[in-house]
Amino acid sequence: MKILVCIKQVPQKDAPLKLNETGTWIREDVSYEVNEPDAYALEEALRQKEKHGGEVVVVTVGPARSQQVLREALAKGADRAIHLVDDSFVSLDAVSTARAIAAAIEGQSFDMVFTGLQSDDYGFAQTGVLLAEILGWPHATIIIGIEKTETGLRLKRELEAGQFQWMDSPLPCVLTIQSGINKLRYATLMGIKQARNKPLQQLTKAELEGKLGTNLQTIERLYIPTKQKKTEMLQGSPADIAKKLVDVLRNEARVI
Amino acid sequence: MPETILVVVEQHQSKLNRVSLETIAAAQAIAKETGRQVEIAVLGHDIAAIAEELASKNAAKVYAIECPQLAAYTSDGYVHVLKEFLGGKQPKLVLMPHTYQVRDFAPRLALALGKTVIPDAIGYKYENGKLLFTRQMFQGKFAADVSFSDAGPLWMATFQNAAFRADMAEAGTAPVETLHVTVPDGVIRVQPHEIFKEAKQSVDLSQSESIVAVGRGIKEQKNLAIAEELAKLIGADIAASRPICDAGWLPLDRQVGSSGQTIAPKLYIALGISGAIQHIVGMKGSRLIIAINKDAEAPIFEIADIGVVANLFDIVPPLMEEIKKAKAAAN
Repeated sequence: MKILVCIKQVPQKDAPLKLNETGTWIREDVSYEVNEPDAYALEEALRQKEKHGGEVVVVTVGPARSQQVLREALAKGADRAIHLVDDSFVSLDAVSTARAIAAAIEGQSFDMVFTGLQSDDYGFAQTGVLLAEILGWPHATIIIGIEKTETGLRLKRELEAGQFQWMDSPLPCVLTIQSGINKLRYATLMGIKQARNKPLQQLTKAELEGKLGTNLQTIERLYIPTKQKKTEMLQGSPADIAKKLVDVLRNEARVI
Repeated sequence: MPETILVVVEQHQSKLNRVSLETIAAAQAIAKETGRQVEIAVLGHDIAAIAEELASKNAAKVYAIECPQLAAYTSDGYVHVLKEFLGGKQPKLVLMPHTYQVRDFAPRLALALGKTVIPDAIGYKYENGKLLFTRQMFQGKFAADVSFSDAGPLWMATFQNAAFRADMAEAGTAPVETLHVTVPDGVIRVQPHEIFKEAKQSVDLSQSESIVAVGRGIKEQKNLAIAEELAKLIGADIAASRPICDAGWLPLDRQVGSSGQTIAPKLYIALGISGAIQHIVGMKGSRLIIAINKDAEAPIFEIADIGVVANLFDIVPPLMEEIKKAKAAAN
């Protein structure tokens, strides 16, 4: 099984984010990490390879800083990495991102492409589905179980409200992976050492010229959301706050 | 003829997903403001009753797209049928609810038509003749107003659950036009099987009056004890955000959010929950929301009634002491 895993670097979950001066994006001077569902997608690819053999290739689209998530993936066991690198790639919409990835893997015959089900920054939940359309492959979303069968894959999809569904898909196909499908591994010291010698291909914007298309949607402005509710913020020492909360629990919630 | 805003509703097993009514309400509101008309489409097999129900809404037309191959949902089938239909009708704007099913096919459908979907919008703005869709980014820490780069037609957007109110969908009478279509062999490449629930899903949190919910801020599994003790003191049930259940610290049936349960208890205490969109859609209807989180920027404070910016481990122990004192004094 030759598996491509699309991963993305996003701001760390509890990183304090600030708007840039033009109010169109965040200030980039924050800590980053791999997008969580993508980490599960990588883990699942590594497990499939361990079961069935093959190759795991990781790809990311982003500025130079995002090489870090590829290095981590190589350290965890991916065989090689592809970095579509340009500062301007942070503002690609989902269609452009999918086109860029499709261009980068042209001529390489993968059996499966995995992505996380959505990213923590844009939250489009589209790149994998769009990639399937560009490649002309079937796809399945929000996958929490993958079994290889004689003819393809048996997949467990998560639906809403605690429901699930099995489905069969032929190969090749694109799957978007749900967090929690497996338990994540840590990179070993040996893995980190080996990663240094693994191939990491860089593709610049110039090399992808003509294959990206133009963004079909535009962020006009980014801003701190207007509050939906008036929130009473409690101040003071922990003891003061505890007393105030008890008042709320007794007088408003009436649970004590 | 005015331009059309077309709502594609969602149905499962010939039952209308009620979130579709919210999308109809959204379409009616946008149509009123932009001088357009609303049409509604339902697709699937055995959908006449749904079409009849939709005909009681204020719309110019209801299309019932009857197709035996769509009895069970597949993205291949939906993309095929809707591409033909929308490609022929060329509505200015297509609106859908942001469900798991729509997420599964809509991006692909849009691209097959050379278009894009603005997903998971929570509202819209009409500014100087320009239609903007507001959506959450960075897990709800920011909102973005997003426009289409082209002039249409076939703009597509999806609305988040509860972005509009279903009971605001205006009543009326709409003529129903039934279309019979088929999907050629070979188009549908995947084989879906029965939809099921896991047997162990047993806890029904929707019946709980009070909930103490924990998120990443709880840090370690052993720290759940503090949340459980608080819950016990006030007679609440314990719940969690997705990462806690993914980690196996609590069973999946304790999960609140889009992939878990949707609840609206009288009291919801969020401990160390940042309030990602997927969590908030499952609990924002709660009557009284108390949030304790060390990050003042956490989106949970957008919807909390009472907020405390602090480490939960600094607040919950003294809080439990105070509750015990208050209870002792009352007895």
